[in-house]
Amino acid sequence: VLRRALLVGATCVVLVGLVLAYLFAFLTAAPAALSATVQNGSAHLTLETVPTYGHSPDPDWVSYLALDSSGHWRHTTIYKVPAHTLVTVTVYQFDTATGLRNPFLAKVMGTQGDLATMNGKAMSVLNPDDASHTFTIPDLGVSVPLPGISSTAKNPCGSSPCPLSNDHNTITFSFMAPGPGTYRWQCFVPCGAGFILGNGGPMQTIGWMDGLIEVT
Amino acid sequence: MSAVRASAAGAPPEPRHGIRIAVLWAILTIAGVPLVVFVLGPHLPPFDGNSVQANDQHDVNVTLLALAVPVAALIWVYFGYAVIVFRQRGQDIVDGPPIIGTPRLQLTWLIVTAVMVLGLATYGTADLLGRAAGAGGGEGPNPLVEAPAGAHPLQVQVIGQQWLWTFRYPSYGGVETPELVLPRNRWVEFHVTSLDVVHSFWAVELGIKADAVPGSDNVAFGDPIKVEKFQVRCSELCGLWHGHMNTRGQVMTQTGFASWIARQQVKYAGVTKYLPPYNHIYYPKPLRRAG
Repeated sequence: VLRRALLVGATCVVLVGLVLAYLFAFLTAAPAALSATVQNGSAHLTLETVPTYGHSPDPDWVSYLALDSSGHWRHTTIYKVPAHTLVTVTVYQFDTATGLRNPFLAKVMGTQGDLATMNGKAMSVLNPDDASHTFTIPDLGVSVPLPGISSTAKNPCGSSPCPLSNDHNTITFSFMAPGPGTYRWQCFVPCGAGFILGNGGPMQTIGWMDGLIEVT
Repeated sequence: MSAVRASAAGAPPEPRHGIRIAVLWAILTIAGVPLVVFVLGPHLPPFDGNSVQANDQHDVNVTLLALAVPVAALIWVYFGYAVIVFRQRGQDIVDGPPIIGTPRLQLTWLIVTAVMVLGLATYGTADLLGRAAGAGGGEGPNPLVEAPAGAHPLQVQVIGQQWLWTFRYPSYGGVETPELVLPRNRWVEFHVTSLDVVHSFWAVELGIKADAVPGSDNVAFGDPIKVEKFQVRCSELCGLWHGHMNTRGQVMTQTGFASWIARQQVKYAGVTKYLPPYNHIYYPKPLRRAG
């Protein structure tokens, strides 16, 4: 009887341990954070948006990528920036336009002068139909619409990382990082093709069209 | 329950358990109700004084909690009394006395509970139709209770989307803003809707809540009476960033509000021209890349 009880007890412990390990792994799974490069007292983030990631686990999903300090594109949307520092973001935008569901987000907000530049030209508002994605940090009031490339572009990017020789738009903007804390950011264009209302899949997953700004 | 139970031959007579329980219950109730009303009550949300609706909900919360005290006291007293007094003592395990139906007790129980439930239902219904003044949205575009006649409420459209609240002011050129600012002492008519999934608009300190349903116009009313900041939250699980779907609101004086809304009209003029004409159902068509 004792031997049977020990066997049952040990089996239960193993099963509970496996469940807990799975839950822990599930709840803590997140891409590695990427630190902004800091030069002359300001921080720089270089990002790109690609129409299809092109690799497992979800090669068809739209995604953001970030350039690390060694010049390699990383598949992460968690960025570390220093507190109370001007953060300059450059986005190479390779996707075509989908259009904003809420046209209000076509306005550039919360950046220096409420402006961004698109291919070197100042931009304060975009035609909502031309938006491909947004880079929006709601808690900081920062939101920048990213114009899509032409749907008839001759040299669109296939899969990530996209080289700058492919058709793209370059968007640059700056914002002041607040005090230490973690702030979520997301895209507000319903760009999750194939999902209900375009808001599933990559729109609901950190590492794709949602992420965190860790201000330290 | 209060009758002296016949005791076995030679054993002392049973005490009057019913009277004992009633006395204990009365003591707890007399002590508990004032504590709830005067000590706990002022700390119950939504805190008093923020809006007509918050005041009403606060009063309802205090009233219901005070009414619950005698009920809870009776249950706890009877439970505690039974555990202590009716405990089986000694080594021998014997069956308890047989339970015999007592129609008078059962009828009393039925009448008391029926009166309580029907009374609370009447109180709740009367309050919803009266003092609550339409704070609890959910009745769609034609709510039973509206703002008082002649109130000329300020219309504000509340737009939920994954995961952001924005607010549109149709009487000010349809300007849309990322923050909710309201004038003090003026009725507000909220038109709550959603662009994607079901959200729930909750102006916490104002005591106003209404579901945001895509393709629907859900009307709720509010009458802020105190100048202060308040929280706006989503109270319907709506996806990845549901827990972050918060923003701040503010009640201003009427002069402050007029100045603020004028600034918003200038600030957002560039994007206002891209907004669709104001409509109670804010659901852009065609639905682009809708999966």
